[in-house]
Amino acid sequence: MNRLINLLLILCIGAAVVASFSYLGIDLGELGGSSNLKQMGAYVLRFLSPDLSAGHLQAIGRGAVETLAMSALGTLLAAVFGLLLALPAAGRFGWLLQSASRLVLNGLRAIPELVWAALMVLAAGLGPNAGTLALAMHTTGVLGRLFAEALENTPPGPANALRLQGANVVWAFCYGTLPNLFPQLLAYILYRWENNIRMASVLGFVGAGGLGQMLYVSLSLFQEAQASTVILAMLLLVFAVDGLSSWSRQRWVKA
Amino acid sequence: MLKRDTRDPATRLRLLLTLLAIALLWPGIRYSELDLGVLLKADSQSEMGRFVSAFWPPAHGEEFLQLLWQATLQTLAIATAGMALALLLAIPASLLASRALSLSAASRSGRPSALGRLLRWPVRGLLIFLRSVPEIVWALLFVRAVGLGPTAGVLAIAITYSGMLGKVYAEIFESVDQRPAHALLQAGSGRLAAFCYGILPNVAAELLSYTVYRWECAIRASVVMGFVGAGGLGQQIDLSLRMFAGGEVASMLLTFFVLVLFADQISRLLRWRFA
Repeated sequence: MNRLINLLLILCIGAAVVASFSYLGIDLGELGGSSNLKQMGAYVLRFLSPDLSAGHLQAIGRGAVETLAMSALGTLLAAVFGLLLALPAAGRFGWLLQSASRLVLNGLRAIPELVWAALMVLAAGLGPNAGTLALAMHTTGVLGRLFAEALENTPPGPANALRLQGANVVWAFCYGTLPNLFPQLLAYILYRWENNIRMASVLGFVGAGGLGQMLYVSLSLFQEAQASTVILAMLLLVFAVDGLSSWSRQRWVKA
Repeated sequence: MLKRDTRDPATRLRLLLTLLAIALLWPGIRYSELDLGVLLKADSQSEMGRFVSAFWPPAHGEEFLQLLWQATLQTLAIATAGMALALLLAIPASLLASRALSLSAASRSGRPSALGRLLRWPVRGLLIFLRSVPEIVWALLFVRAVGLGPTAGVLAIAITYSGMLGKVYAEIFESVDQRPAHALLQAGSGRLAAFCYGILPNVAAELLSYTVYRWECAIRASVVMGFVGAGGLGQQIDLSLRMFAGGEVASMLLTFFVLVLFADQISRLLRWRFA
């Protein structure tokens, strides 16, 4: 019986794959046909001579700095608002505020960054500001939830001891709870920053600044040479972030 | 008696670190043109307000629901077809890239010879390249190469995910006990047979759950890729956003949530059945 159900599920998966291809009307034979491949090859060839002139490199450098700044500020804003929302979401101010703030966090998190960016471009106009706000929105949802979980898991002992000694709530939080929590918060923030750098480089596709906007514009103008330099810069950025994060993890996070 | 110290001994260091961080971030504010005030400005607020107030009620006309259904099906189909193509490339690539099937490793206590490592390097490099370019960039490029529509999305998912799947599969193969495969290889079995009987039984559950998880990610990615014109739900969201049709955007975002929840349930079911 069990085997039969498994077999049926596998058949269903196979049918779903076949159905998807026929629904989309993708003809792999035509896609791999010689004329199509030749056309694609010609398109690819135009990317093989990246534009390395000083002026363009300077523009790319500016775009990269813009991307980094967007991701850093977006993450920082998200950390601040995430912590503010995490306090009620961890149940510190009663169940009503808890469920309300959880709803807000879930809503913020459920909408992808790119959709936020498209919405923010409507509200804040084209440019990196929209990208920063979009990153801040989505990341607030993610960090808020992670912070709330971390808050729930910290031992309440130190804060309680301070309260019993007569410290007020704020000091008890700052000196009783926060020191325990801080390494974890920092780890989460850095992890999200890493993600956001990658994300910030593509948010520009909907007009939210950074390297993505340069890529979009140069592809739209059929300047493949310039576009390929931007792609190289993106790759470089991603590799740098990957290397830096794995190095810093080995260096500072004790396993 | 101990004297009570009311000052925080670490204040100075913390202040210094904060100042340093602010000094580093200050130029960032200029570069990112950060302006939170823009959200509070009257004209953008009324603009946003009008847009958001149109969210309720979500659009639910007969014709629109038809369109929504088509777009949702398309998104699902893009993710599934993309994953199928990705697997076609990822499975052979992972077999080539993994050290688990190295003949020289079998007789050298798990360390392949220099030649073996040299020959695996191009495959690994290819996989790194495929997954390092974000899928949405691939989508943008393919939209230029094969035209607007779902084909670009399928190809973009196939390329990025084959890179990710290939790398992770190769690592999973290496992470399990190598002795069965080594024993088979040294007893003279072929590499494929050694893989099927020495490694696959140990890794099947992990492979499956990772593949299903990636399928879930592919659904989310195919929605996002629609924004550059690669078909599916994302393209419709983009169109409605540009027409300031708040109700349509609202119902499409709702559909997106439902789709993500649905994918989550399906993947849970599959993992529970097979893993």
